[in-house]
Amino acid sequence: MKEDSQSNRWLTAALLAPTSLWFLVMLIFPLIVILVFSFGERAAVGGYAGGFTFEQYANLPSRLKAFQNTMIIAPAGTLLCLLVAYPLAYFLAVKVSRQYKLILLVLVIVPFWTSLLVRTYAWIFILGGRGIPTLLEFIGFEGVRLINTQGAVLVGIVYGYLPLMVFPLFVSLEKLDKTLLEASSDLGGSPFKTFLQVTLPLSMPGIATGCMLVFILLMGEFLIPAFLGGGKVFFIGNALVDLFLQSRNWPFGAAVSVTLVAIMLITVSLYMRLTMGGKSGRDQSLM
Amino acid sequence: MSKNDDNKPISAKKFMQELRRYEKGSVTRRHFLGVTGLGTAMAVMGTAVPSLWSGKANAFGEVGDRLVFSTWPNYWNQVNLDEFTEMTGVQIQINAFGSNEEMLAKLQAGGTGWDVFVPTNYTISNYVELDLIQELDLSRIPNYQASAHNPKFADPATVDGKVYCVPKNWGTTGFIVNSKEVKSGPKSWKDFFDVTMGAASGHSIVHDYQLTTIGGALCALGYSFNSVDAKELGEAEALLIKAKPHLFAITSDYQPGMRSGDAWLSICWNGDGTQLKNDMPEMEYVIASDGGEIWSDFYAIPKDAPHQEAAYAFLNYMQDPYVQARDAAVHGYAPTDARAIALQPDSLGSDPILHPALDLMNGLEFGAAQTLTDPIRAEVMARFKSA
Repeated sequence: MKEDSQSNRWLTAALLAPTSLWFLVMLIFPLIVILVFSFGERAAVGGYAGGFTFEQYANLPSRLKAFQNTMIIAPAGTLLCLLVAYPLAYFLAVKVSRQYKLILLVLVIVPFWTSLLVRTYAWIFILGGRGIPTLLEFIGFEGVRLINTQGAVLVGIVYGYLPLMVFPLFVSLEKLDKTLLEASSDLGGSPFKTFLQVTLPLSMPGIATGCMLVFILLMGEFLIPAFLGGGKVFFIGNALVDLFLQSRNWPFGAAVSVTLVAIMLITVSLYMRLTMGGKSGRDQSLM
Repeated sequence: MSKNDDNKPISAKKFMQELRRYEKGSVTRRHFLGVTGLGTAMAVMGTAVPSLWSGKANAFGEVGDRLVFSTWPNYWNQVNLDEFTEMTGVQIQINAFGSNEEMLAKLQAGGTGWDVFVPTNYTISNYVELDLIQELDLSRIPNYQASAHNPKFADPATVDGKVYCVPKNWGTTGFIVNSKEVKSGPKSWKDFFDVTMGAASGHSIVHDYQLTTIGGALCALGYSFNSVDAKELGEAEALLIKAKPHLFAITSDYQPGMRSGDAWLSICWNGDGTQLKNDMPEMEYVIASDGGEIWSDFYAIPKDAPHQEAAYAFLNYMQDPYVQARDAAVHGYAPTDARAIALQPDSLGSDPILHPALDLMNGLEFGAAQTLTDPIRAEVMARFKSA
């Protein structure tokens, strides 16, 4: 027995080695580099020059608006995604007969076959002056401006991230035991009450996972605000692109990144504590 | 498409018309060869005399099959690129950039994979100093003829007696106005910002490019386009931030916004002004009376270009006067090469957007090398964008 567990341990180690190496080289090491850079100075022609200063962190308030935009639009986008995705996922998981389920699920994935860049570019024309605003003019709403507003960015976010929300919800709703719904109505529960007291709590893991997935990705989003916000709805992701690819202030960019990572760690751990209660993560189903 | 009768040979007059159209780039090479019958003739002769086929390809030698070309939006003629691919077998991948800073940042980070890129006059000395571009072996660009280029525009290619680039085009930076929407006829950068914050609120675009956007604001305040003075830049920043709520967008790809009617005025390069005016006569390109930029662009090869052979072949092809003229016919920027100018239709020589009156140009400045790397300008732009 003892020998067995010994070789098991070796096997586990061997299987985990590539992943660990990957994490070390692609995640831990770059994070250390960024942390070191964030205490440095901008070189004369741009880039990084060594040093130890808190100057970059002191300069953070100059990007306050970008942090604010991200901290408001990312949760709002997540919530909108959830509201749009939940009925769809419920329909797919509970209402649709088996034979159509697969086809409909594939339809949810199909947009992923085209690059998000191309699809977001298409929205520029849909929301631009010759798109929906022209249609609105026909029915009497003149001078409506959609493109380059926060609303346009939210539309782009819901469109782009919807599948990421639909799938976790679908999986947890599909596991839903339908006899529980019958039991609830037998005991006199109205459909609305059944939804609130049975369906919703049982799909909580899916909601938690879907929201986390979307929220984390949204915090780093830059493409949708750049395209549909016209450079006017500025996310932290856009500030980072700007700092590394235009003004070439790597140390300040690093400081902004470190701050973003810190905000994410705090938010996500608070969030997990709230949604997963006191249970240890190990027993908790993620969907 | 042409109504040419297949059975009759093309008339001399018709042939010249088609040749003209092809030269101007308004029809494709394939169309030209098709209607004139040259395509069939070449195919027949090609089978009969195989050596005729390989003539052009041999001139380029073995140049590989790929070229990564980084340039600016709306700044090439696809017919030329397709012809280059046809002649050499080299597939061209295009990246379009909105600012010289973006190009510099990518090159500084390394590993761009670019073979040819298009820097502007004031950046070249920086690239040489940072050891990012290579000295050109002019013997590999026989189509390049130094004496044919206007030295006013071509000189920045030479740093410490060594040639690092070959010239592409020159132009001006002003602004474009949709005169149907903006009736007041703004003439200066001051007018530009006044209209932006007034009658055209919500319909104005500035570039995502520090040189032109900060430069325009500086001119509006009566300062030099190239200022790196902290106090003057502070005032420019205040003006830009004040104007920001009135902007439609901050982007260097401003044609879609202008064309859709969402934007009524935008900072603009003159060739894009021509492109817009060709399709929408109400578009007016303005060289501001209180200053602005005059510039020239170049072709350069980065130090670490992976496809050197293809890069040289491409530079040589693009220096062909005929190819230059055909390029200019589409993007609307004037060549610096006298041989190419001679090939352009006479109407272009007197075009006020392409060749502005001298007194208008006197107020314009070439971008200064310092502005590319100046930390204050960089931070002012970044703060304006995240404000």
